[in-house]
Formats: sequence, structure tokens, C-alpha cells
Amino acid sequence: MIDRDLLGAIRRRWQRWWQRSRLDLPLLGALLLVATVGLLVLFSASAEDPQQVLNQALRLGFGFAVLLVFSRLPPMWFRMLTPWFYLGTLGLLVLVLLLGEGRGANRWLDLKLLRFQPAELAKLALPMMVAWYLHTRALPPRWRDLWVSCLLIAVPALLIAKQPDLGTALLVSASGVFVVFLAGLAWRRILLLLGLGAASVPLFWHFMHEYQRNRVRMFLDPEADPLGNGWNIIQSKIAVGSGGLFGKGFMDSTQARLDFLPEHTTDFIFAVFSEEFGLLGVTALIAVYLFIIGRGLWIAANARDSWSRLLAGSLSMTFFVYVMVNGGMIAGLMPVVGVPMPLISYGGTSAVSLLAGFGLLMSIHSHRRLG
Amino acid sequence: MKTLWSRRRPVLLKDVALESVLFKRRAAQGFAIIVLALLVLIARYGWLQVIEHGSLSTAAEQNRIKSRPLPPSRGLIYDRNGVLLAENVLEYRLEIVPEQAGDVMATVAAITAVIRIDPEDLERFGQLRQSQRRFHSLPIKFHLSEEEVARFAVNRYRFPGVEVVPYLKRFYPLGADLGHVIGYVGRIGTEDRERLDDPRYSATTHIGKTGIERYYEDRLLGQVGYEQVETNAEGRALRVLGRVAPKPGQNLYLALDARLQQAAIAAFEGRPGVAVAIDPNNGEVLCMVSQPSFDPNWFVNGISRQNYTDLLAASRRPLFDRTLLGGYEPGSTIKPFIAMAGLELGVRTPSDTVFSTGEFHLPGQAKGYRDWKKGGHGRIDLHESLAQSVNTYYYQLANDLGIDRLSSYLAGFGFGQATGIDLNGEAVGVLPSRAWKQARYGKAWYPGETVISGIGQGYWVVTPIQLAAALATLAGNGIHHRPHLLRATQASFDAVIVPVPALAQGAPLIGNATHLAAVHDGMVAVMHGPTGTARRVGANAPYQIAGKSGTAQRVTSAKRSASGNLNAPESFRNQALFMAYAPAAQPTIAVVVVVEHGESGSRAAGPIARHILDVYLLGAAAPPWVSPVPASAASAPLAPAAEVKPIAEPAR
Repeated sequence: MIDRDLLGAIRRRWQRWWQRSRLDLPLLGALLLVATVGLLVLFSASAEDPQQVLNQALRLGFGFAVLLVFSRLPPMWFRMLTPWFYLGTLGLLVLVLLLGEGRGANRWLDLKLLRFQPAELAKLALPMMVAWYLHTRALPPRWRDLWVSCLLIAVPALLIAKQPDLGTALLVSASGVFVVFLAGLAWRRILLLLGLGAASVPLFWHFMHEYQRNRVRMFLDPEADPLGNGWNIIQSKIAVGSGGLFGKGFMDSTQARLDFLPEHTTDFIFAVFSEEFGLLGVTALIAVYLFIIGRGLWIAANARDSWSRLLAGSLSMTFFVYVMVNGGMIAGLMPVVGVPMPLISYGGTSAVSLLAGFGLLMSIHSHRRLG
Repeated sequence: MKTLWSRRRPVLLKDVALESVLFKRRAAQGFAIIVLALLVLIARYGWLQVIEHGSLSTAAEQNRIKSRPLPPSRGLIYDRNGVLLAENVLEYRLEIVPEQAGDVMATVAAITAVIRIDPEDLERFGQLRQSQRRFHSLPIKFHLSEEEVARFAVNRYRFPGVEVVPYLKRFYPLGADLGHVIGYVGRIGTEDRERLDDPRYSATTHIGKTGIERYYEDRLLGQVGYEQVETNAEGRALRVLGRVAPKPGQNLYLALDARLQQAAIAAFEGRPGVAVAIDPNNGEVLCMVSQPSFDPNWFVNGISRQNYTDLLAASRRPLFDRTLLGGYEPGSTIKPFIAMAGLELGVRTPSDTVFSTGEFHLPGQAKGYRDWKKGGHGRIDLHESLAQSVNTYYYQLANDLGIDRLSSYLAGFGFGQATGIDLNGEAVGVLPSRAWKQARYGKAWYPGETVISGIGQGYWVVTPIQLAAALATLAGNGIHHRPHLLRATQASFDAVIVPVPALAQGAPLIGNATHLAAVHDGMVAVMHGPTGTARRVGANAPYQIAGKSGTAQRVTSAKRSASGNLNAPESFRNQALFMAYAPAAQPTIAVVVVVEHGESGSRAAGPIARHILDVYLLGAAAPPWVSPVPASAASAPLAPAAEVKPIAEPAR
């Protein structure tokens, strides 16, 4: 009898804690699932290096801790801080251009205690800011709102592109564009802007670095330089294709184990996954990603106010950009751009910023309209 | 109210409910686009993983599995009695993997304390390091002694990435005795460029450069084997997946008799010269001596510059193969062939005689052609012309034949042509003829030149192998066999020894057996007759010998363009020639010996030829070699200049 009382008491306490934790269990479960798969693939791709797996587990753990903290804070809080956060991020981006460090590109800012990439902050700051600007306006946005939004997007995006970090610039601008899209910008205006964008491609080409141009060239014709610039794409396609329907099996990737696949723990880790788990694994993982995106959009649709809605929707759709750009690059569908596969690629900063974003989603979820 | 408001400040109007609906619609549209895009992505993976799976799997396997060639072991070479002439011996070399050794130069310096490493080794190692990847094992020193191997083994723990590696090295046990015939292998170099691209040489480092090693390269080489190795992107082998063993090259059994070869060399006592012996029944070359010689082992792993310079500079030219390339004036050794021409062409019968007065004159010419004996030999028939080597008989005979008949008949014996022996680069010599002179000098033929051609002088140039082949044809009743060294082959150690099929023999050159008998008897009389010029050579032989000596001047271009006067002073500059076959009734060996700087054929070259016959025919019962060279003569200084004019540079 005492036992039953005790069990009941535990259950009640658990329920109370859970209600107060304000977490969306399906979303959290999906994120944990992907992170676990990511650690397993990393174990195989790093040739069973426990150090790398431990590092990544610690980073993910930190990310999930940020997620838990953010989820308990009210969205109002974040909304109030948004302009300052945005301006601070811009300041840091300017700073990193002046005195940043990192191999080949100035991405890192060393604050003695903390080394980080300010561009990761922009992944959150930008959609927050665009949503902040639009949430007081009548929607759908008018032309004037559109130009202001474009300016808000363009400044940090260009600062990041200057580092140069095209992948992050792409992700950051996408997150802002999604806010505008979700705000209900008329389709004809969207089409008009797309047309303008297509017309300015030659201009982009002019401002691109030589290595970036090479990546585009190699995407168009990887066989032109199979041992040099085309090597990554060719070896990645070989890894994916040789996986077949069911894959070679966990830890049986030859392309990664024998070092044919470059960057096989970071940008190209999904190729290792494809090689080991085949089309079935790819489909299953993409299905989980799709579930995360859908769940995020569902949370957004049920959000209490316009800012929360726009931000949650934008973060969810940006998550899709990660999957599409990385997955497309590995399958030779897109040029090589430094975008990681979310929660699977080795490397901490993007995982932390992603999970912080999901923390915001959780916060919005727990403060949704009820009933 | 609402419309009025909106008209004035339309921007500020905010319809929360409408915005929510608008957002939901947009989110749904966005999600639909995302689903579509992800379906396209999955379709792309499906395309790669299902449709292109086959070809991309193959590509992955080709990435992973590399074929590594394995060198075949080179075929061995034996003499006719199974004596090993070329073998592969196990040796040890020291190799370094730079990647594992850390500081390579410090490691090398530390090794020097244990094993001596020459500057030449270091230089080669430095060159290899430039061209090879860091994880490839590079040899730093070859030919470690057992002591060095042991010393290194004790200190091994101090040298990570340094290994003692066994390898097979070509070794010629008889060394200089067969330097010219067997030749040598050497590292494949730029001159073998077409070979380098040949897949059969993908694992082989050495190639036959001269002699038998070169001529029978394709038989000796063997077939390369393969190892399927799993490699990573850097090309480092991780493990062996499969193996096709290499097939060793054929073992060759030569007709040479190493014992005979060594006996002949001993008889030369260091004098420069040539000895070639052929079995007249089949053309098998029994010995092939060219003195002085060189040790082919020097060339196997690259001869040092100093040694090579010394070999090239040596006045007696040890690298020069006199058997194939040495051009000699045949002198009196040509007489049996001229005699045969006279008989066969109906110009002479065996009993026809010529009167020797000691000097022969062409009608209307004051110039005389001498006999070697003052006052002449008197009335001489064919038999005595050979036994006493009477020049006048052959001056007259050559004049009666005329140069055209003489040279066309002698061409049948192979003079002026390559013999076709299974070695590369033999010289063709000169068979004097109107056409040859016209082509060579653009001048008409003079009758005096016909006269001296009759005693093997003038334009005549023969190589020892040519003369030996012609002698073998004569000894073999006019049946020509192409001289050859290869007797049998063996696919591997436990395989049967397969004789080489007999080469096609030529049509009989001599139609009339009495003609053959006449020349034959004349040559026997040289050795055994009371007047024979070489009766001392033939004395006490337990078998009958047929032979002929020749003493000729060296061949020089100055001499060639001269009128052919025999008045040049005889001196140590003469070449001593001797040819003989035995047993006379049923010859099994025909031998030609040339001794450069010899006094006369029968005195200098004859004893060597006799010794070769003894050793071959009597075996262990052969009397030991007794030096005929007086101590004073042996110590006399020899002519410093090269005594032989090469007809062609050895083809490399």
C-alpha cells in the first residue's frame, strides 16, 4: 500500500515537473534521436575515435542544456531583447572581420574565455530581428516593410559572406527571407524578387572568391578535375551510390575508412551515413528531419503572437535549408557549400545554435494559446 | 469607423485573426514546398543508390582494391652438364620507411654507427626520397654481409621504420669466365624505355643487357604475379585480399661446356685472344672464349664509375667481345676453303700440281708474291699444298678461279655474313669481291687482289665465330648448321628439360665425296704428316686431328688500302690463328683459336687448340696444360696499342 502511494507520488511529481518544464516531447524525442544517430555515425566515420565522439557528445549536451534553459524563459523576454541582440551581433561581426582568426577565413572570435563564431549568433539574431520589425506592422508586408526587412537581412549576410563563409551567409539570409515569406508577402512580389535575384547572378559571380567559383564549376562538371577540385563530389557520389538500397552496414564504409571521402566527419558525414545505411536509412533520417520541420511549423501556427509565429516558422524552415543544402551537396545536386548536416556533422557551434533555436521554439510552444 | 481608420492610417491596421489565418496558409504552402523538395532529394539518393548503384559500387571497389605486381624470379642458366652459370641468390638490403623513421637524416646517421653506409648509397637514397612517397620503403644499402645483418638485428629496437629486407640478386658463379657469353642483367634504365611501359616488367627491376641474358630475355623473364591489396586514399596497402603467384622464367641449358671453357681460358695464360668450339654435327657452341674478359657481377647493381672507366680504358679492351666482333685476317686458315672451291668448281683435281719457286708472278707484272719458304717448295699437289701451306699453289688457284667464282663459292660457307648465332650484335666481316670493293671504296678490282685473297689476306676479315662455323661445316661433310648456344629449356625446377628443336640444316655444300676426302686428308697431314706445318701440335694425339694454322697481320684500315704486299716485316704484331677438328674420321668438335701478338699460328694458337681437343675428347684423361711460352717471351713487353680493329661497335 505504501508502495502504491509512493509510486503515485512519484508519478504526480513527474507530471508536475513535466508540465513546468514546458517541453514538446515529440520534438525533443526527434532531436535526441537524430543526435544519437549522429554520434553513432561519427563513431564510424572517425574510425572509432572515442575522443571525437566524446567531444561531440559534450557539445550536444551543452546544446541540449541551452535548449532546456531557453525553453523555460518566456518568449516576451527574447522579443524585448531582440534589437539589442541584433545590434550586438552586428558589432561582433564587424569585430571578427577586423581581428578574427581561423584557417583560411576570419570566422572565429577569441574572447580568451570563449572562442566562437559570431555568425552563429546571427542565425538567431536575424530572424528574431526581422520578425520583431514585422510583428508590429500590418501583414502582409507593404513595399516599405519589405525594403526595411531586406536591409536587416543584407547587412549581416554581407558581413558573413565577406569572412568568407558563404554557407552561413546563405543560411542566415534564408532565415530572414522565410520570415518575410511567412509574413504573407504576395506571391507576385516573391516572383518579382526571385527574378531580380536570378538577374543578379553574374554580379554575385563577380564578387565570389576563386575557390567559391571553383566549387560551382566543379558542381557543374566534376569530371573536369577528378583528382583536384572535383574529387570531393566524385568520392561523395561513389560513397552514396555504393551504399545501395540497404547500405554496407554500420562501420563498413570503405570510402570513409580508407580516406577516399574528404571531410568525412564534418561536411560530408551524411555520405558515410548513406554508404552504411543505404537508401532506407536516408529515407528514414530525412523523414525524421521532415517531422522536426513539420512539428516546428505546427508550434508556430499555434503561437500566441505574430513575433513568435514568424520566428518559430522561420527557424523550422531554415532547418530544412540545412538538410537540403548538405544532402544536395553530397548527392551532387548542389555545389559544395560549407553547410553541415544538422546534429550529425562533427563540430559544435552550429549544433549549439541550432539547439538554442529549438529552445526558442520550445519556449514559444509552452506559451502558446491554449484551447 | 473601421474603413475610415483604414483609409487614414492603413499601415497600422492589424487584424490579428486574419494574420493567423494568413500565417497558417503560408506555413502550409511552405511545408508543401519542403515536402516536395525533400522528395526530390530522396529521389536523387534513390537514383544514385539504386540506378547507379552498380557502377558506383565498382568505382568504390576500384578505389579500395589495388593490384600490386609481384616480380617473377628470373630463369637460371646452366651449361650442358648442368653446371650453374647464372643464378639468383638471396641477399639482404636495408630499407627505411621515412614516415615511420621520424627524422630520416638523424636515423641514417645513427645507422652509420652500426652499418657502414657509403656516400654513393646516400646519394642514391637521397634521389629515391625525392621521387617516392613517405610511406614507401626505400633501400639505403644493398648486399649486407651476415655480420651486418646480425649487428643490425641486435640494434633494431633503436631504429623504428628501418628493416632488413631479403631480395634476389642475379649472380654469375663463374664470373669473368663467361662474361661475354652470358652477359649480365642491369637495372632497367632510360634506354629500356619501351620496356618500362610493358606490363610484364611492372615488378621487375633488372633486364638482360648483353649476351644470353639479353638475347633470351623473354624466356628468362617469367610472368609477373599480382597481389590484390586493400589501399587507402594515400595508396598505402592495408591488407592483402588475394594473390596470383608470379611464374618464374624458363631455365636455360646452354650447349657450352664450362669445364672446356675454363680449360681454354687457362691455356691462354692471360694472352688476349679467342677460342670458339662448335659441334659440327649440330652447330652447338661448346666454348666461346674472349680474352681478356670482365666479371659480369660488377654490372648487376650498377658498376661504380671508377671500375667502368678502368674497364673502358684498359688497353686490351676486356669489354670487347672478340668472338663476335673481333675482325681478323684469316691468313692460311682460308686455304682449305679455297682448295675446296678449286675442286668443286672443276678448276683443279687433287692430283694437279703447281711448281713453287718461292715467288709467284702474275704474267706481265714485276711484283712478286712470296712463299713462306725461301727457294720454294717445289712441285706441289693439293695434299702437300695444305700440309706445307704453300702460298704459290693458292696464288695460282685464286688467279685461275677469279675473284667472282672464289667469293661466290666461299659465301656458301658463311663468310661475309652474320652466322645467326643466338647472341646480339655480331659483326659480318668482309668477303672480298668486286661488288664489296665497289660499294666500299668505289674502285675497280685489281688482279693482284685476287692473288692475295687466295691466301686469306688483302680485304679479308673474318670473325672467330664465322671461321668456326665455316670449319664446322667443312668438318660436318659440307652440311651447314647455324651455330647456337641454347640447347634445352625447362619451365620450372621440377619440369622436364625440353631440348630446343633442331634448327633447319643447310643443303650440302660439297657435292663430291672425293673432294671432301682430299681436303680432309690434306688437313690431317698438317697435323700428322711428315711435312705438316703443325706436326708438333698433333704429336702423340690418341685420336686423329685435321687442322690448319694461319699467321696473319692485324687488320688495319691502312693495310686494307695498301696493294696487299706481303713484305711487311713479321713481328709480334702478328695474329696467330689455328683451326682444327677431331676425331678426323667422325668429328665431334671443331675449334678455332686466335692468339693476338702470337708468333705463328701453329706455335702460339696450336697448343691451345690441341688442349681444347684433349679436354673435350679425353675428359679427365686429358694431359695437363703445359705452357709452351718460354719464360723470357712471356715477360716480354706486349704492344701497347689495341691490336684488333672492331668492325662494329657492340650494339647496346
